[in-house]
Amino acid sequence: MSNYSLRHLQELEAESIFVIREVFAQFENPAILFSGGKDSIVLTHLAKKAFWPAKIPFPLVHIDTGHNFPETIDFRDKLVENLGARLVVGLVQDSIDQGKVAEETGLNASRNALQTTTLLDTIEANKFDAAMGGARRDEEKARAKERFFSHRDDFGQWDPKNQRPELWNIFNGKKNMGEHFRVFPISNWTEMDVWQYILAENIPLPSLYFAHEREVIERNGTLLAVSDYLNMRGDEVKMTKTVRYRTCGDMPITGAVESNASTLEDIIVEIAATRMTERGTRADDKRSETAMEDRKKQGYF
Amino acid sequence: MTQSGYLDMELLRFTTAGSVDDGKSTLIGRLLYDSKSIFEDQLEAVKGSSQKKGLAHIDLSLLTDGLKDEREQGITIDVAYRYFATPRRKFIIADTPGHIQYTRNMVTGASTANLALILIDARKGVIEQTYRHSYIASLLQIPHIIVCVNKMDLVDYDQERFNEIVKTYEAFASKLDVQDIRFIPISALEGDNVVNRSTKTSWYEGSTLLHTLENIHIGSDYNHLDARFPIQTVIRPHRQEYHDFRGYAGRIDGGVFRPGEEIIVLPSGFKSKIKEIMVGEEKVSEAFPPMSVTMTLDDDIDVSRGDMLAKPNNQPDSTQDLELMMCWLNNRGLNPSSKYILRHTSNEMRTMVKEVIYKLNINSLSKDESDKNIGMNDIFRAKLRTTKAVLKDAYRKNRNTGSLILVDEATNETVAAGMIV
Repeated sequence: MSNYSLRHLQELEAESIFVIREVFAQFENPAILFSGGKDSIVLTHLAKKAFWPAKIPFPLVHIDTGHNFPETIDFRDKLVENLGARLVVGLVQDSIDQGKVAEETGLNASRNALQTTTLLDTIEANKFDAAMGGARRDEEKARAKERFFSHRDDFGQWDPKNQRPELWNIFNGKKNMGEHFRVFPISNWTEMDVWQYILAENIPLPSLYFAHEREVIERNGTLLAVSDYLNMRGDEVKMTKTVRYRTCGDMPITGAVESNASTLEDIIVEIAATRMTERGTRADDKRSETAMEDRKKQGYF
Repeated sequence: MTQSGYLDMELLRFTTAGSVDDGKSTLIGRLLYDSKSIFEDQLEAVKGSSQKKGLAHIDLSLLTDGLKDEREQGITIDVAYRYFATPRRKFIIADTPGHIQYTRNMVTGASTANLALILIDARKGVIEQTYRHSYIASLLQIPHIIVCVNKMDLVDYDQERFNEIVKTYEAFASKLDVQDIRFIPISALEGDNVVNRSTKTSWYEGSTLLHTLENIHIGSDYNHLDARFPIQTVIRPHRQEYHDFRGYAGRIDGGVFRPGEEIIVLPSGFKSKIKEIMVGEEKVSEAFPPMSVTMTLDDDIDVSRGDMLAKPNNQPDSTQDLELMMCWLNNRGLNPSSKYILRHTSNEMRTMVKEVIYKLNINSLSKDESDKNIGMNDIFRAKLRTTKAVLKDAYRKNRNTGSLILVDEATNETVAAGMIV
């Protein structure tokens, strides 16, 4: 009798596949928000498993800040081709050109916050009624209370006090015209679960995640890649280091960690020993204690 | 992923309920901290906040503080999910506030839990809130309860005080429907018997809290007897090489299914045999809860979302009249003349609440048959009439096929949770 038990990764996988299939069954026009990061890659892999041998029945939506790592874009294009999926790209540059958002200036300028407008416009233009993302509840305090099915009003906003209770595995995707849902199938996964699963399933990742040599500068204890998008102070010194990335955000705000981990096994050992959260490498979360919560309310991922 | 998996870890979901005062947040902070699940940047942030509040020690409760409103008011207003792992198990904590006005959150947190952690302040003993939490754990059929008698440091680790509380609790618990209840004397603040054994409770011979969480047997918490497979969606590839492929996708809600076995499709009553069971591309030799699988059948029969596969000699009840225990979750109270959408497994239909039989006083557990006005946080027994048959089991027998929610047609909000009697 007790043989009928699943290992934790199998149980998490089963839960996520269930949620993805619910999205397909309950919505008219769902999409996957694909950032090119490991979490959205795992989400896409789970969607593939959920509908095999049929193709993934959702387009992949990429909100392109224009400040991506080139490795991310290469990876995205290859994946889309392999899956035979449809790719929808929303360009932050378009939102800037249309005067809907203004480019930030200064040393720590980033397009991260501008994505929200582009995302909401892309959702509206394509009439997506559910957008699945790879966010996890362990990432940040404001996400600990996020639902699997997260209701957004017709302005795309998240009201933390007006979320539907979720009981058992019964999900309620009912909505009024103009409203949509964000759905987070890997809510219950931790960073470690994601890596273990990538290893167990042998899921390909962009090369950024593995140790490589790169020209960086050090700012506030964070290693930032030298690129056209990074504003530099006169006294900041370029240096070449062996680094890898734990998350895959925009080039000017995503910090690298010094590492020699060149295989998935190495990475898992490294993460097990690590004493910093992965969002600790993200300058966007350090702006204030409620930075994530404030962005979420406005319709961020 | 192969059936053996990569790491030999199980997943345990537990719920905690408690107020700010009984040290719940401190206990969770302690579990995360002592199991080394706290990262340096999180700890730095908490150290900073503790200093700002003028505290000499690190306030571990700050680790689990969520949204801005809560930080300002110093209360927890919603279900928050926390994660930690030891080499044996991965844990998901549904952390819920304990005040009576948050009954709905406790019910929500309890709905997916294998275990409930109930906290008692050793100085105060068993209070109303303890009864409330325990009753909800029993109502939601959480198989295991661990009662932590906390703040033992403030009663000088007194064995008699501990025994007294255990005795009071046991007397009450005999009225509940919980098989497995354990008691542990702890101090979350000092760390006694949470992760490390305390030297101050030599009279206590049981395990520490973490050791108990790691070892409690959860393998038989699911129903492995009554095979139930609600269909979520039908997979039709429209590709040359899989031209005739028709896969029935869903999650196993009970029992065990194997290729070659005879099944019955409900409600149509057609019978067929299972051809293959797959997880992604991988063929598996058996499927059991909570696996998400795709099944193919020997015969080409009509099966769609909302249908259920079972075994011909073991079928769920099919009925339009339900009697159930319910919890109301919404600000807008129950309107007896309204129609609601009922969601049960992958099925959906309309329903009316025909009768409120009684409302439960959750503190005294007395039944009130005179007051039938149902509002937010009320727990009550009711009869429903649905527009088509529900394929159900009693909640006591199967938490998946025995549970349902009601959705308000006007607002689309989830307004009630129901457990079929």
